[in-house]
Amino acid sequence: MSIRAEHLTHIYGQGTAFEQYALKDVNFEIPDGQFVGLIGHTGSGKSTLIQHLNGLLKPTSGTIYYNGEDIHGEGFSLKRLRGKVGLVFQYPEHQLFETDVFADVCFGPRNLGFTEKEVWERAKEALELVGMDRKYWEQSPFELSGGQKRRVAIAGVLAMGPEVLILDEPTAGLDPRGRDEILDKIRDLHDRKGMTILLVSHSMEDIARYADRLMVMNHGEKVFDGTPREVFEHYRELEAMGLAAPQVTYLTHALKEHGVPIDEELTTVEEARDAIVRLLKPEQAGSTGRQA
Amino acid sequence: MIRDITLGQYYPVKSVLHQMDPRTKLFGTMVFIISLFLADGLCAYAAATAFLVLAIRLSRVPFSFMVRGLKTIFFLLLISVSFNLFLTDGEVLAQLWFLKITREGLRMAFFMALRLIYLVIGSSVMTLTTTPNELTDGLEKGLGFLKAVKVPVHEISMMMSIALRFIPILVEETDKIMKAQMARGADFESGNLIQKAKSMVPLLVPLFISAFRRATDLAMAMEARCYRGGEGRTKMKPLHYERRDRLAYLFFALYLAAMAAARIWRLP
Repeated sequence: MSIRAEHLTHIYGQGTAFEQYALKDVNFEIPDGQFVGLIGHTGSGKSTLIQHLNGLLKPTSGTIYYNGEDIHGEGFSLKRLRGKVGLVFQYPEHQLFETDVFADVCFGPRNLGFTEKEVWERAKEALELVGMDRKYWEQSPFELSGGQKRRVAIAGVLAMGPEVLILDEPTAGLDPRGRDEILDKIRDLHDRKGMTILLVSHSMEDIARYADRLMVMNHGEKVFDGTPREVFEHYRELEAMGLAAPQVTYLTHALKEHGVPIDEELTTVEEARDAIVRLLKPEQAGSTGRQA
Repeated sequence: MIRDITLGQYYPVKSVLHQMDPRTKLFGTMVFIISLFLADGLCAYAAATAFLVLAIRLSRVPFSFMVRGLKTIFFLLLISVSFNLFLTDGEVLAQLWFLKITREGLRMAFFMALRLIYLVIGSSVMTLTTTPNELTDGLEKGLGFLKAVKVPVHEISMMMSIALRFIPILVEETDKIMKAQMARGADFESGNLIQKAKSMVPLLVPLFISAFRRATDLAMAMEARCYRGGEGRTKMKPLHYERRDRLAYLFFALYLAAMAAARIWRLP
């Protein structure tokens, strides 16, 4: 049970003056239950990549396997795949259209051909999963705040019952609180429902906090793939690509250069805080000479 | 699918035609279109073909790119050809029940198809070599004399350039919305006519909302920069004619004269 991409290449506008490589020989496998972060600056090919995973785009060459089956092979139903590999786009405004929130969430499961009763149950469950209060269910989706719209959009995909959830910058344009709420909900889905998550993000901090694994795209190629710690070790190369490691990485490296015996592989603010406190506590009693 | 529409899409290469003044190109396109309606007979169509081939060669845009625009008029082409083919009186060549194919019908259908195809390719050559902004600038300046009779030339050309500017944005937006709905299992292709029309609702509602939002944003941004119509507004790149433009006008005049002559003396 996994998604596997082999030699994935995509060229936009092949044979015209607009010809452009969007993906160049990308290979990876995402096993079940992993929380993967995908990072890259604008135009690095990450949006193109995720649209291949549920068959919205067809690769120029290369193959995508879902549970070992070629998704563009004969007799493979792309509609069923889209129920299993849920893709939430960046702007909820692109998908909300119904008169009320509940009806909008019903759209996905209804397209998959469930009975009306099942559709309602799935919609109810999905809305509860993303933590939408019942009082909003009858409201027009256009009257909601940005964060709530995004939740409804995620619920609209969750209602189809996906095993893999791909989110394209789900926190863009949200305030810090809205961002944390959405990301916590996504982590809940991963931890409690065992869903495989692929999170596209600009924020290294978010990825460091939530993801088990990090893939970095640059100019259509996958340049790094590993745990966030491993990837952040290459923070100088990341900078050259116009990306940056989390601020904590800079802090720990700076401390190390000044001779502080701190673990360089910390990635989140909380870890760094604990490590610094651990370093400071015994020293308060002992040495007085060092000034850091 | 939607990306196949070439009408109104600029193709960025460097060529004589790309550098030409937009007014010249507009005039040339007009001359070509008029000449197509004057054309009646092999000689005239041969001249039109030569004109078109020359323009295409000069533009350096791949021919295959222009032909793509024809897909959109396929049905129009089919209907007009079959009407001309079956409903023209004359010397009967073949007959099936009330449908009959005549020598005159065959000739009419052939030239009608050619005329339509040339019309589309001819105007594509212009839009592929001219950016929408150049085009509206050309229109504004070329039709400036109409201001004397109180035609709001500037306003019309501003509306046109905004509309043209929005086409690619809305096409892209449509593409994104379609994908977002397809990711939720929407199906835009199968089903009968009513089902197809119904399946457009999840596409059209977000599209309209976004178009209105963009329109108000743009109006606000224009007001913030003190836009108040065309009076006293200067251009960053004022248009002026060069030698190649004068040569082109001479060529257009000769071509049009030849086509008119072919019409008057009824060349075959």
